[in-house]
Amino acid sequence: MLRIDGITKIFGGLTALEDVSLFVNKGSITGVIGPNGAGKTTLFNIVTGLYTQTSGDVYLEEKNISLYAPEVLAGLGLVRTFQNVELFGQMTVLENVMVGLHTKSKSGIISCSFKLPGQIKEERYIKEKALHWLEYTGMADAAEIKANNLPFGKGRLLEISRALAVEPKLILMDEPAAGLNSRETSALANLIRKIRESGITIVLVEHDMELVMDICDSIVVLNLGKKLAEGTPREIQENPAVISAYLGES
Amino acid sequence: MTKEKREILIFLIFTLAVLITPLFLRGSYYLNVLVFIGINTMLAIALNLLLGYAGQISLGHAAFFGLGAYISGILTTRFSFDPWLAMIISALMSGGLAFIIGFPILKLKGHYLAMATLGFGIIMFIIFNETVALTGGPSGLSGIPNIHINSLVFDNDLNNYYLIWVITLMVMLLSINLSQSRIGRALRAIHDSEVAARVMGVNARVLKVQIFAVSALISAVAGSLYAHTMTFISPASFGFNFSIELVTMVIIGGLGSIYGSFLGAAILTVLPEFLRVLQDFDIVVYGLMLILMTMFMPGGLISGLRLIGEAIGSRIKRKSVSNA
Ligand SMILES: Nc1ncnc2c1ncn2[C@@H]1O[C@H](COP(=O)(O)OP(=O)(O)OP(=O)(O)O)[C@@H](O)[C@H]1O
Ligand SMILES: [Mg+2]
Repeated sequence: MLRIDGITKIFGGLTALEDVSLFVNKGSITGVIGPNGAGKTTLFNIVTGLYTQTSGDVYLEEKNISLYAPEVLAGLGLVRTFQNVELFGQMTVLENVMVGLHTKSKSGIISCSFKLPGQIKEERYIKEKALHWLEYTGMADAAEIKANNLPFGKGRLLEISRALAVEPKLILMDEPAAGLNSRETSALANLIRKIRESGITIVLVEHDMELVMDICDSIVVLNLGKKLAEGTPREIQENPAVISAYLGES
Repeated sequence: MTKEKREILIFLIFTLAVLITPLFLRGSYYLNVLVFIGINTMLAIALNLLLGYAGQISLGHAAFFGLGAYISGILTTRFSFDPWLAMIISALMSGGLAFIIGFPILKLKGHYLAMATLGFGIIMFIIFNETVALTGGPSGLSGIPNIHINSLVFDNDLNNYYLIWVITLMVMLLSINLSQSRIGRALRAIHDSEVAARVMGVNARVLKVQIFAVSALISAVAGSLYAHTMTFISPASFGFNFSIELVTMVIIGGLGSIYGSFLGAAILTVLPEFLRVLQDFDIVVYGLMLILMTMFMPGGLISGLRLIGEAIGSRIKRKSVSNA
């Protein structure tokens, strides 16, 4: 589904990623873990077109997407959530998800201004679909709440709802469990499994090891910008290099 | 009542009020003020689409107003175009210019964007002043013909009132529609988080340029109407001060509210009459209003009105509950 091929990213003098390659199988949940500053978010920023890599390539289903802009990638079915929750704060929960349907609709400025018949139909479709995704993630009750007024955990859930509205093939989630309590985290685990069962491939950056080991099919470990190890959760837990990287950190 | 139905009802009531207002007015003074409020409402809405919805500042919007006025004025006085045709051409040319300069300018953010649009406004102001052969320079362009529909000539205050306000109402309605559509949501999304909007598939770069062009186009229509109702224009109406006044209208009325733009335009049109004693220091009052507004009522006057409305609404509800 996703192939990352020899990605290097240098910020000024700092090498945030060095020759990182990895492969994400279609329909899998792949975990990306590593200590703070390992380069996990940087990797997501490159894959989603927000940063340009210094060298290396990214392929989505054999298509080289290295230089694609985020909005183009959304159209191709690649979407993400953010570590520092990036909601549309002044908009309602429902409107947030409706923005997720942007690629599923096409009325332009003229047909929107004049409310042409096609636009009215499309608007109804957008609203119905958005409500569907809120029900899917169990947020329908909060539809009319302003996103800024949501409790933190709900904000993370809204980001996932909004991403689902794009009807992606692949979702990258950057620390979806950060700041969640244990009940919210186990609900999240179930939701992620449900999303995978619907045929969507997932890449997950997460510090919550219990969650990662529980739901991931395979795991990639980054440390100081380099790939340290990869394998099944079991292999990773027993890998001496990984253990020392994590022990060395704390 | 659904949100949509309430919105339609509010617009109908507003339209009705606009249509019957002249019946209650004696003399041309008030009609004239209302004509200006109409023009300023269009301008404030135009800027609001950019500033209030997309979150992109322009400190040079008076230039598009001037461009519309001058293109229309020049085409009709020097080349005998029909005013309507001149209006359409001036709108398309101004929108086109905004589209072209929008690509480089709107790449900038925050202060840099403010400086670039400020520079654009200053350049246009210089052009209005210096291209004397075309614009008449500082002494202005006079003898601009009135708009007419067959034998109906818009040359008196009552006719002008209806001309300006019918078009203002159209601009309001189209802008309300736009703001409640996927495009309106995409604009507000860009405002709140451009990065997230892009990840959701919104082409922020192009959309910002498009709305900049639409904003310029509406401003130019207002400019053209201004030229044809005043029959005289001079650069002084299209300078930096007026650009700041427009920003003030939008912020005082309420960012991201179409009716707020009307409120802001109405207040800033009427206020100068009272501030005349201050002469050039009136801009100090605008500055103070901006500061106080952003500190104490960031949603603008419209949000204040809404709060009052809600308070009264819940009071009535409580009363009817206690009566039951
Ligand atoms: N835009 C940037 N400019 C300069 N340096 C950056 C930038 N973004 C990230 N870095 C640096 O790159 C390194 C990797 O950061 P990154 O955010 O990818 O880490 P991370 O693995 O996501 O860490 P965390 O677990 O804390 O989120 C860090 O040293 C960081 O300071
Ligand atoms: Mg990170």
